[in-house]
Amino acid sequence: MFSRDNWQEIFETIQKNKLRTFLSGFTVAIGIFIFVVLFGFGNGLTNTFNKFFGDDATNVIFVSPGQTSVPYKGYKANRIIEFDNSDLKDIEKNFAMFIDYTTPRLSRSGLVKYNNESNNYPNRGVGPAHQYNEKTIMMFGRYINQNDIKEKAKVAVIGRLVAQDLFKDKNPMGEFIDIGGSSFKVVGVFQDEGGDNEERVIYIPYTTRQLIDKNTDKLNQIIIGFKPEIGYAGSIAFQNSLKKYLQSKKNVSPKDEKGISFRNIGDGLNRNQQLAVVLKLIVSLVALGTIIAGIIGISNIMVFVVKERTKELGVRKALGATPKSVISTILLESIFITTVSGFIGMIIGIAVLNSLGESLEKYFITDPYIDTGVAVFATILLIVCGGIAGYIPAKRAARIKPIVALRDE
Amino acid sequence: MIEIKNLHKSYKMGSNTLHVLKGINFSVEEGELVAIMGSSGSGKSTLLNILGMLDELDEGSYNLDGVPIKNLNETKAAQYRNKFLGFVFQSFNLINYKNALENVALPLYYQKVGRKERQEKALKYLEQVGLKEWATHLPSELSGGQKQRVAIARAMAAEPKVLLADEPTGALDSKTSYEVMDLIQKINDAGNTILVVTHEPDIAHMCKRIVHLKDGVIVEDKKVKQVRASQYV
Repeated sequence: MFSRDNWQEIFETIQKNKLRTFLSGFTVAIGIFIFVVLFGFGNGLTNTFNKFFGDDATNVIFVSPGQTSVPYKGYKANRIIEFDNSDLKDIEKNFAMFIDYTTPRLSRSGLVKYNNESNNYPNRGVGPAHQYNEKTIMMFGRYINQNDIKEKAKVAVIGRLVAQDLFKDKNPMGEFIDIGGSSFKVVGVFQDEGGDNEERVIYIPYTTRQLIDKNTDKLNQIIIGFKPEIGYAGSIAFQNSLKKYLQSKKNVSPKDEKGISFRNIGDGLNRNQQLAVVLKLIVSLVALGTIIAGIIGISNIMVFVVKERTKELGVRKALGATPKSVISTILLESIFITTVSGFIGMIIGIAVLNSLGESLEKYFITDPYIDTGVAVFATILLIVCGGIAGYIPAKRAARIKPIVALRDE
Repeated sequence: MIEIKNLHKSYKMGSNTLHVLKGINFSVEEGELVAIMGSSGSGKSTLLNILGMLDELDEGSYNLDGVPIKNLNETKAAQYRNKFLGFVFQSFNLINYKNALENVALPLYYQKVGRKERQEKALKYLEQVGLKEWATHLPSELSGGQKQRVAIARAMAAEPKVLLADEPTGALDSKTSYEVMDLIQKINDAGNTILVVTHEPDIAHMCKRIVHLKDGVIVEDKKVKQVRASQYV
C-alpha cells in the first residue's frame, strides 16, 4: 500500500489534476488557517483580560471604614467609623492562620516639589507589605521597610513617572522632595504594570503619615493579603468572619453594608475570568464551526472527486484494479493533499498570529497565540475526517461494477 | 480456451425481468478470431460483459482457460481480469490525464510490474501499434484511430489469454476501422485469441468465425473465409 510505485502513481494523479488538488487543498488550508487565527484571537482576548486585571495580587481584601447607615446598639446612623493601629494588631492576632501579610494605606494627595518642579501626586502611607499587594517592582533603591515604620522615617519611594516629571534625567536617589510641606528623602524608584496612574504615586511609611497628621493612630484602609492556599472560597469564608468580628468590635449592625466595606480582589478577578472564559468559549465554538465547515467542504469535494472519477475507476477496474487498490488510490491521494495543505494552513496561521503580536491591542487582542498541540490536533482531526469522508464514496466507487461505470458516458 | 454451457442472464427492469441470454452454448479455441454479431438488444454486449467478468451470469457455467468463473468476489474478479483478459471498448476509455505510454502501462501497474520494466514493455506495445512517437501525447491529442490503437496496446500489454473488443470500430470511420481491424488481425496472427462484438458485417467478415445472436440465443455459428483488412488500408 505504501510502496514507492503507489506514491508515484498518486503524485502523477495529483500533478495532472491541478484544479481538483487545489480545490481540496484550499478548503483544508483555509479551514485550518481560520481555526488557528480565531483560536489565537481567543487566547489574545484572554491575554488582554489578564493584563487588565492581573497587575495586582489577587489574594487581597481591602477593608475600608465608612459611615454607618443603620442605628445600632444605641448608636445613631451616619456615625463615622475609623480604624486605628489596634484594629490592625487585633486582625493580625485573631486571623493569623488566614493572613499572609497586612498593611494599612493612608491615601492623601498633595503638591510635591523638587527645586523648581512641582506637581500634585497621590501619596500613600503604607507598610512594607504594601509592595506585595500592588506587585510594585523596584527599579532603584528599596521599598519602605520595617525600620522606616519604627523610626517614622521621612523617606519616600516614588513612581517612575514622578521621577521623570520632577527630576528629568537626574538621578533622584538620595535627593529630598517636599511633600505637603515636609521634606522626604527619596530612597527608591518603582515601576508598576498597572498603567501610568500607578506610576504617579509616592509611598511613605504610614507611621510617618500618622506623625504628620498630628500624631494620631488612625488608619484609612487596611489591606489584608490572605494565604493563597485557602483559595477563593476560603477567602470568602475568611472575609465573612472578619466582617462579623470587625462589625461587633466597631458596633456596626450586621445588616449595615456601609459601615465597614470589604473588597475582595479575587471577586472581581473571578468575574472577569469568567467573562474571559465565556468569550474564549464563543471564539472556540466559532473556530470549531470552521473546522466542521472544513470537514463538510472536504467531504463534498471527495464526493465530487469520486463522482468525477467514476469512469476512470471503472477503466482501472476493467484493467485489473482490485477494490482495495481503488480505495487506497483515492484515500491516499486525499490524505496526502489534506495533510500537506492542512499543515501549510496551520503554519501560515501560526505565522500570522506571531506577526500580529501587539498590533491588534486596541481590539482587545494581545499576543494572540495557539498551542502547537491544539493546532496539530485540529489539523489531524481534519485529515482524519477528510479521510473518513473520502472513504465512504471511495468504498462505494470500488463496489460499482466496471460495466456500470463504463456505461456512464 | 472459453467454454460456456447453458448460459442464462436476465435483468430486473422494475417489476419485469428482461431475459437477455437464454441458454448459450459456446466455446472458443486458442488462437481463434471470433465475431459476435447481432442487432442491438440481441444480447451480444451482455455476453461479452459476462465473458469479461464485468457482469455475473445467472445460470450455466463458464470456464476460462480451465478455470471456472463463478461467484468471484470483486478482488478475485479484478485479478482474473488482469491476468486473463484485455479489453478494447467502443469509446476507447483511455484515462484522459495520462499520456499514451502511461495508459498502456496501467494494467502492468496492477500486475505489480516494476516501473522501469513497465515503461519498456508499454513502449514495446506502442511500437507494435505504430505509435511509438506518440508515447508522450495525451489522448486528447490523438485521433480516434490512434486512441483505439493505444487502447489495443493497453489491452495487449498485460499479455492476456483473450482479447475482448466491444464494437472496437463503432466510433471510427471505415478507413480507420480497417486500420484497427488490420491490427487486430495481426495480433491474432501472432496466436492471440480475440473476440470482437460488432454489428457491421464487413468487420465481422474480417474475423475467422461469426457467431450470430438473436433474442438471446445463438442462431448461427459458422467459420468464414477471412477477409484481410490490409487490402483496404
